[in-house]
Amino acid sequence: MTTVVFNRRNFLAAGGAVLATGILATGVSGLLLPARAAGLAPTETMSGGANNYRKGAAVVERIGKGGFWMSGTVRRAGDGAPLAGQRIQIWAHTVEGQEHEPQSHGATLTDKDGKFRLEMPQIIPIFGQPHGHLAYDSGEFKTVFLRPVMRSAKETSLEAHFVLQPV
Amino acid sequence: MKGWRSARATLIWVALALAIGVPIALAAGSEQLAWRGPVYILAGFAGIIALGLVLVQPLLIGGYLPGLSAYRGRRVHHWIGGTLALAVVIHVAGLWITSPPDMIDALTFTSPTPFSPFGVIAMWAIFTVALLALLRRRLGLRLRTWRIVHVPLAIVIVAGSVAHCLLIEGTMETISKAVLCVLVLAAAIKVIAGLWRKRTLRGESIARQ
Repeated sequence: MTTVVFNRRNFLAAGGAVLATGILATGVSGLLLPARAAGLAPTETMSGGANNYRKGAAVVERIGKGGFWMSGTVRRAGDGAPLAGQRIQIWAHTVEGQEHEPQSHGATLTDKDGKFRLEMPQIIPIFGQPHGHLAYDSGEFKTVFLRPVMRSAKETSLEAHFVLQPV
Repeated sequence: MKGWRSARATLIWVALALAIGVPIALAAGSEQLAWRGPVYILAGFAGIIALGLVLVQPLLIGGYLPGLSAYRGRRVHHWIGGTLALAVVIHVAGLWITSPPDMIDALTFTSPTPFSPFGVIAMWAIFTVALLALLRRRLGLRLRTWRIVHVPLAIVIVAGSVAHCLLIEGTMETISKAVLCVLVLAAAIKVIAGLWRKRTLRGESIARQ
């Protein structure tokens, strides 16, 4: 006898897969850029990535009371070298505020390995998807806005990776 | 016999009230609401109510709701159609106020969320039907012409609304949302299949003459 586990995730996945195949196919192909012969391809800005961006979020130890981890890496296009000291701005709709509100925004710097990690309040679904926003907007490289989506609203961390192209 | 009919009538109305009322009640208990502003909450519930109205519409026009004559059913269908358009306006306006860039992305079909285009297409189909219904007499559209316009748009509305709703991760509880969506699809398919059958029968009887 087979037991079918019926939960929110696989239900949505099944329904969603059927209904959204067309749209996702176009969306995903845009994200999975093939590596170019010249080396590591730069990350493209995601659609909706810049929504509710506030320029110049301050570098902080933690956004609000924390409890959720946003992490990732920053590398240079072409050779893939890790980029240290790069300022990454992060914002989201969390349990402590809406996306556009100042207390929902903060920034952090990458370490010597090009890694960053910032604690922030728990992200909750907004506009139908639990997602975060990240920006590189410091001028030395081309500006990139990312909008990663959490696999489940219950997750307590999210990753996003930048490959930046010199201006 | 009469007792059975009135019991059946009561059952149908109770089932309809539950199909729409339970998802609304469960959404009203969602923990997500704690972190939403009043305008966002209003916008969300306008969307859920709109989906409920999309269930009522085919039932009214198909004559499946007891106690309503065909004439009354059509009249109520018109008013519910207007209410549906209004609910969609409140849904979109409320979401626009909550996060203008996300709403603009959705309306311009540039949103990263897969459910947005389904909702926007259904919205335009609803507005088109509402506008044409208002102008129907002035345009002199006969019933057959009207159905050729309305039925395909109704299919777009039903399919678009259901896809939009199922793909959203929001305040609605999954099972009650799925049940409501299945009922919306079933009601629409039943009524449209009925129209199709009637048309085919009529076509055959004309052909035989």
